[in-house]
Amino acid sequence: MDDTILEMRRITKTFPGVTALEDVTLAVRRGEIHAICGENGAGKSTLMKVLSGVHPTGSYDGEILFDGKPMQFRGIRDSEANGIVIIHQELALVPYLSIAENLFLGNERRGRSGLIDWNRANADAAELLASVGLHENPVTPVIQLGVGKQQLVEIAKALSKKVRLLILDEPTAALNDVDSAHLLGLLRQLKEQGITCIMISHKLNEITEIADSTTVIRDGRAVETLDMRADDVTQQRIIRGMVGRDLDSFYPDRVSSPGEEVLRIEDWTVRHPTQDRLVVEGVGLSVRAGEVVGIAGLMGAGRTELAMSVFGRSYGRDISGRLFVHGREVKARTVAEAIDNGIAYVTEDRKRFGLNLIDDVRRNVSAAALARLARLGWVNGNEEIKVAEASRREMNIKAPSVMAVVGKLSGGNQQKVVLSKWLFTDPDVLILDEPTRGIDVGAKYEIYTIINRLVAEGKAVIIISSELPELLGMCDRIYTLAAGRITGEKPVGEATQESLMELMTKDKELVG
Amino acid sequence: MTSIKTPSTERPTPPDRAPAAALHTGTSDLRALVLNNLRQSGIYVALVVIVALFAILTDGVSLSPGNITNIVLQYSYILVLAIGMVILIIGGHIDLSVGSVVALTGAVSAVLVIQQGYPWWVGVLAALVVGVAVGAWHGFWVAYAGIPAFIVTLAGMLLFRGLTLRVLDNISLSPFPAEYQRVAAGFLNGLLGGQGFDAFTLLIGAVAVAGYAVSGFRTRVARIRYQQPVESFPLFVARIAVVGAVIMYFAWQLAHARGLPIVLIVLAVLVLVYGLLTRRTVFGRQVYAIGGNLSAAALSGVKVRTVNFWMFVNMGFLAAVAGVIYSSRSNGAQPAAGNMFELDAIAAAFIGGAAVTGGVGTVVGAMVGGLIMAVMSNGMQLMGVDQSTQSVVKGLVLLVAVAFDVYNKRRAAGTR
Repeated sequence: MDDTILEMRRITKTFPGVTALEDVTLAVRRGEIHAICGENGAGKSTLMKVLSGVHPTGSYDGEILFDGKPMQFRGIRDSEANGIVIIHQELALVPYLSIAENLFLGNERRGRSGLIDWNRANADAAELLASVGLHENPVTPVIQLGVGKQQLVEIAKALSKKVRLLILDEPTAALNDVDSAHLLGLLRQLKEQGITCIMISHKLNEITEIADSTTVIRDGRAVETLDMRADDVTQQRIIRGMVGRDLDSFYPDRVSSPGEEVLRIEDWTVRHPTQDRLVVEGVGLSVRAGEVVGIAGLMGAGRTELAMSVFGRSYGRDISGRLFVHGREVKARTVAEAIDNGIAYVTEDRKRFGLNLIDDVRRNVSAAALARLARLGWVNGNEEIKVAEASRREMNIKAPSVMAVVGKLSGGNQQKVVLSKWLFTDPDVLILDEPTRGIDVGAKYEIYTIINRLVAEGKAVIIISSELPELLGMCDRIYTLAAGRITGEKPVGEATQESLMELMTKDKELVG
Repeated sequence: MTSIKTPSTERPTPPDRAPAAALHTGTSDLRALVLNNLRQSGIYVALVVIVALFAILTDGVSLSPGNITNIVLQYSYILVLAIGMVILIIGGHIDLSVGSVVALTGAVSAVLVIQQGYPWWVGVLAALVVGVAVGAWHGFWVAYAGIPAFIVTLAGMLLFRGLTLRVLDNISLSPFPAEYQRVAAGFLNGLLGGQGFDAFTLLIGAVAVAGYAVSGFRTRVARIRYQQPVESFPLFVARIAVVGAVIMYFAWQLAHARGLPIVLIVLAVLVLVYGLLTRRTVFGRQVYAIGGNLSAAALSGVKVRTVNFWMFVNMGFLAAVAGVIYSSRSNGAQPAAGNMFELDAIAAAFIGGAAVTGGVGTVVGAMVGGLIMAVMSNGMQLMGVDQSTQSVVKGLVLLVAVAFDVYNKRRAAGTR
């Protein structure tokens, strides 16, 4: 154990109402590539934030030993001073500044006069770029580079800070195959230079390819660390660790009796709004009345993008494919048209896309179907209150009154407001994107009950979720999505967490 | 299906019992009511304090009949502009061009009526058409071309000032015929006679108070029927009485001066219409939704572009109304007319509680904000305070008002 560079001992981190990490211990050997994997929300990113000082010392329990010395990071500056650099999934580059300006941001190359010595900065930058295999002029604005090259600039920036432990969060999630391969090659090269690397990844094939050890995190606990060299660790072995959780009797029972098909999409293809890549490729799926269909996929698989592009083309460009509602082809080119066709979409990010947080419950509930409360453009305020009151009762929204400001409600109650809003549009099919994200257990159960009630009333429901137990507990049928393609479809009776995870991590080539 | 929850069967008070309940339900917790409405009541308190302050400082001159009439005439066009401005600010936009549009619409009207000899109403109509066209121009660039309103209207400010100079050929035009002057300088007086005062003005005042009381009571009944909290009945009566007394005092003072200004009627109608428009129509509610959370509004099916477009058309229309009033009052058109009006209108909206980030604000609030500015300017003029000090004071008041708003919001966020 003397060659251990990093040891995190018994880390526990709680947020109000949630324990994100519980008693996590992690040991990383000097000069290895250490992969961390787990489902979305398992606590991987939180652990890395503790390590890099984003969550400062004192906000968690446990200790961090780096090079055998105990560390107390008060912020990201402290960790960087010790050579620990984190590269986040959302790249932190300033788009309109040049590569060199980005590389030395906050660490500028000054001349003797105190002014920035641009000649030196650009020369140093060129050297750094060469070391990561990026052949670009340092004065090029970052916005002109593709995501893959931006990733390399981030790594070059880390190198400029004399990095000893490099942390990458989902480095290849947004990259195409060529860029991914280049990046993995670069990581190997850094390893030879003695730089230790922690990599969070969902791509199990990459992990088996380059990682020396893999730690699996599940529900805020480090369940195991696999030695990738000693053991013959397969992707299936990792999957077992990621999902090995009991399916408890947490989901309300429901008798399934699907009726006629309500919504079907065929050959649905969507291009990224700004980058030249397909986010959704040739997807086909259908849902029937009284049926709950799940879409399982890891981060970056294109789940939300698929749903939003179907919902009035709210995402992406060059959308092609056919959309049928009740067997009739519809265009639904705007959100209003989608709503008119009986489609409702409950967003995964209710604060940013679902609610007007500074307004009250009443007006949020009526927001998507105000026309139903109006005659000749005049809103019947009394009727509106009645509708909102009815939702408050039926959904059990815990708010002092329907005049309460939505921003002050708990996550679960906010979600019930969003659901109320969409139910008031009287939809035939509801697309629920992460319907229980960030809400407590009791409220989750209530949401599940509401979903079951809707299905019993003959609505069709599509659930997009990162939590496989939730899909297995709620759905009749589950599609798996990986890299924008449907990789499988299973009736819930034949699906297990392992089999779904295998399909979700399936590679493009394998899909063929 | 084993898990359906039976919906609760409790029902609100039956409608037939609600009017009776209106007399004895409600809270007397004045403190809670005031605290809950701090943002709104804060500006009313500020207005009362400022009015009282200047009444004392000017030995009552600021409340004299002649001066009250004067304030109405002098600031009406700012208040008209503030109506359109607060709607834009609620929607998350701004309009820096309204001063230039006031000048342009007045100039077009003056050219037609003074130079070409058309009747007065042709001038008014032409001004309104030009205003709407300007609004549509701004609306196109903001809503459909996606250029920020700040830039579009900054360009408009230069553009329409230039067009004003072109239309007027760089000279001032005056005077308007008497009918045109009556738009802003006219009074309804002596319609019902009176001894030293105008009975008609008092009657209109009384009608306004009665309307306020009736609509207040109806709102109260409806709120109780829907089990919403209301103030206690004595408190409700007290509120009606205080507001009624203020209106009647105001009417009494006007009746002792020159009667009811036509401009005041125009303004009152606009405030009433736009107050309802913002609170009670689908359009108004979509403005708040867009300003509150643009993405959520778009994902709720709000046609964001259309709403944005009409917001600007409306601003153009109101700028034209202000242009007519201003040209009528100044009895002519000048190349530099309306300079800096946009800043007064914006200040009125913000002092009146509109949020810089959008989604918050009321027409009535903007009117109170505008009145605060008006009473302050007028009072300082009466006291002979020089222009420089006036500007400093107005600037500080705007700053403090918005600082209060930001502080309030932060406090609200803290209790979340």
